[in-house]
Amino acid sequence: MIIPLLKGLRLTLKMFFSRPVTIEYPEKKRQISPRWRGMHYFEKNPQGETACVACGLCVAVCPSRCITLEIREREDGSRYPGRYEIDALRCIFCGYCQEACPVNAIKLGQDYEVVHYERKDFLLTKDKLLAGKG
Amino acid sequence: MEQIVSMIGWKTAKTIAGLVGVLIFVVFNALILTWAERKVAGHMQRRIGPKEVGPYGLIQPIADALKLLGKEILTPRAVDRPLYFLAPILIFVPVLVSFIVIPFDASLQVKDINVGILVILAFSSLSVLSILMAGWGSNNKYALIGAIRSVAQNIAYEIPLLLALLPVIMMTNSFSLKAIVEAQKGLWFVFYQPLAFCIYFIASVAETNRTPFDLPEAESELVAGYHTEYSGMRFALFFLAEYTNIFIVSAIAVTFFLGGYQGPFLPGIIWFLLKSYLLVFVIMWLRWTFPRVRFDQLLNISWKALIPLAFINLLLTGGLLKL
Repeated sequence: MIIPLLKGLRLTLKMFFSRPVTIEYPEKKRQISPRWRGMHYFEKNPQGETACVACGLCVAVCPSRCITLEIREREDGSRYPGRYEIDALRCIFCGYCQEACPVNAIKLGQDYEVVHYERKDFLLTKDKLLAGKG
Repeated sequence: MEQIVSMIGWKTAKTIAGLVGVLIFVVFNALILTWAERKVAGHMQRRIGPKEVGPYGLIQPIADALKLLGKEILTPRAVDRPLYFLAPILIFVPVLVSFIVIPFDASLQVKDINVGILVILAFSSLSVLSILMAGWGSNNKYALIGAIRSVAQNIAYEIPLLLALLPVIMMTNSFSLKAIVEAQKGLWFVFYQPLAFCIYFIASVAETNRTPFDLPEAESELVAGYHTEYSGMRFALFFLAEYTNIFIVSAIAVTFFLGGYQGPFLPGIIWFLLKSYLLVFVIMWLRWTFPRVRFDQLLNISWKALIPLAFINLLLTGGLLKL
């Protein structure tokens, strides 16, 4: 009857003298995996524009339907996204858009500390996606 | 200064100075213990505990006290006013009185009363009254249930507490705490009376309403027990009394079983505080290890295990002393 109690006491004492597992977050940051799915960004083509060809596969695969795509066509017949928006508040960061993309244009980056004052700032427009770090 | 002393007499002046010292110590002790409790809790769960306010979070209790001071003191409309207001103040009286007779060092004791331990035991029973007043006066079912539990628990555990201290009193033929400490010059009484020490310690954890015997304030079922309706500084007084009580029961255990202020090399006061805070740590350690007991278990431990054992121990001690 007493021995299990003592065992419990021994365990808590052992924990008391072992190193805490806390990561003191704002000062220290957890190491994130290279496959981390953070905020989205666009890969650029040699001309410095988005590599996206506006095929619409990401829109089709997105389970939370957070991608809005407006398809435009250049003079030479190649397609590009006129408007490409990801609603980061609806996005579930599953990474399916990255998987579906045939030209590896849309990718999920390493950035996960996203704070804004207004909801509209969470809308990732084409410019923001292009400015996002690779 | 000398004028005042000559006016009221040396003895009264000493007592007043001692009381002021006790008040300062009580507040300081409670502040340190709230910090220590959170640190111990944190590290036992492999967390860090408070760390932002001051080095190692040491200023945290002062920040907490300031927060509580700044809070609005709510008084629910249906409370029984005299009882409700008196309870948090009254819970402090036994606490202060107990400190008067505790010998911190050979010469550091407010007053060496020849029935010292009786004073402590008599006054510590008073804290039950203020808990009952708080519970009844709050006019809240959680508070009342908490208070009722507290009364049942304190009555059940006061008996083994007293019975565990009696063998030591029999061995020293004295109720004076100082005489008991002096009697342990050779060997501490814990080696003569290990069973009594264990019984005393378990009963004292129950007396202070600490986990695993914290049924009076069982937060998972009774919100906060008897102090559910108290806020701000009134709540802080209950909190302060709880931590001071922890120190008092540890100090009595040290005085009775662990040789009080006696020890080699270091001055007596250091030894006394070291031993006391070690026991305080053990009480915290128990809290963060064990779940709360059920009410029937609580009473069974006292009536079926502790009290018979304490009686047997008492009889054996008496018999051996006669031989």
